[in-house]
Amino acid sequence: MSHNAYITDERIAGGDDGPLADRTVAVKDNISTEGVRTTCGSAMLDEYVPPYDATVVDRLKSAGATITGKTNMDEFGMGTTTETSAFGPTENPAAPGHVPGGSSGGSAAAVASGDADLALGTDTGGSVRCPAAFCGVVGIKPTYGLVSRYGLIAYANSLEQIGPIAPSVEEAAELLEVIAGPDEHDATTRDAAEEGADTDYAAAADGDVEGMQIGIPTELVEGADEDVVETFWDAIDDLEAQGASSHEVDLPSVEHAVEAYYVIAMSEASSNLARFDGVRYGPSPDYEGNWNEEFAGVREAGFGEEVKRRVLLGTYALSAGYHDKYYKKAQDARAWVKQDFDEALAEADVLASPTMPVPPMEMGESLSDPLTMYLADANTTPVNLANLPAISVPAGETDDGLPVGMQFVGPAFGETEIIRAGSALA
Amino acid sequence: MSDSAVEPEDVRHVASLARVDLDDEEVDRFVEQFADILDYFETLDEVPEVDSETDLANVMRDDEVRDSLDQDEALRNAPESEEGFFKGPKVS
Repeated sequence: MSHNAYITDERIAGGDDGPLADRTVAVKDNISTEGVRTTCGSAMLDEYVPPYDATVVDRLKSAGATITGKTNMDEFGMGTTTETSAFGPTENPAAPGHVPGGSSGGSAAAVASGDADLALGTDTGGSVRCPAAFCGVVGIKPTYGLVSRYGLIAYANSLEQIGPIAPSVEEAAELLEVIAGPDEHDATTRDAAEEGADTDYAAAADGDVEGMQIGIPTELVEGADEDVVETFWDAIDDLEAQGASSHEVDLPSVEHAVEAYYVIAMSEASSNLARFDGVRYGPSPDYEGNWNEEFAGVREAGFGEEVKRRVLLGTYALSAGYHDKYYKKAQDARAWVKQDFDEALAEADVLASPTMPVPPMEMGESLSDPLTMYLADANTTPVNLANLPAISVPAGETDDGLPVGMQFVGPAFGETEIIRAGSALA
Repeated sequence: MSDSAVEPEDVRHVASLARVDLDDEEVDRFVEQFADILDYFETLDEVPEVDSETDLANVMRDDEVRDSLDQDEALRNAPESEEGFFKGPKVS
């Protein structure tokens, strides 16, 4: 617990047998656990105890897993460093003094420190892949619709997926097999098998990249830190030595992915977080003023600064006179990104880039400048906009010994392709 | 509220729409940060109009009575409740 990986350190026993019978799993604290406090890293939900389990928690228990506790996270998933949590920052076990990435930083830290065998995170714009990359572990962001979001406390519904974090690609794939699959409680879930996809994820971790075509989007490599780029090309050389081949691809739309992502995510957040009014849950208002005054007071006290920033900017982007300028253009950019990725993936099995353009930041370094923090999501956000699956695997280290992650992006429901590619490296 | 011309009253107006009170220091910080962030969002102007193929299908189910949370469970996290209702502040 020394890395502050957990908000609530309470074990939840699973069933007696199943594929995860001897495994421990840490669960991000925005995923509902019946009878166990679920805070989203926010003072607003400091005392919130869900009356039901999320579908993924139900599936973990049925698979025999023991849940180790609820992990620390950026407040409501809004951050890239796990420093916006109301419960203090998490430290990176693989890089002391540095952030673990975010927003699922507690989950990645629990796995990296060996405190849990596996973990669940959630990925809205990179929140599984970023902490996996920064902590030197594996993280998968599934295709939109592969994993049920029932019981996940929403930040931006159209973008987010729950995904596994593990020390190896094979273990991440095993956990994905347990949580994936349609759910009548989430109408956006799809049956991957019905989409014609191979769902034998763990078996795909065979490291066999002979003949694999890897597309490399130059836009996602050029802007990265020099040390990161060097590690990235070394990993590509490694894959080519194992029989893969690579070619460069152009994704002009990704230049606009970060701003499109933030406009859409903030807009959805401004609507989703309207439910935190101090009446159904949250800090108790004192009932001296009228509804609007109490509502605004509860939200001033309950939300941290990054959450306020995003709720306000989202409210602005959706407000009369600005909707077409921001929200509608962001939806155009989203469709463009999707088109670009589909075209590139018609000529390649997977696309590869550094997961993060920078190595883990020092703790405290990025909090005062939100825009710089947003720009660190340049390589991960396009994948959420395109609804595609992606994996981050350890690619090596910088000269200073900081972990660098390699991201592989696959076609919709092509999880086996990215798992295969990743397993050749980790 | 763009091209660095974000005024404190703009921030306060949006905050009131979103029902979030801010202290003066937060307003000052947001004035500066929003100018930078909105300038950055301006680059969406360069995005062409894109026709997206909709990939949506209706998901239907029979309209029948099912088990759901009981009233006690649904009210358990409310700061205040009364006779099976959520209790909130007066509306005007």
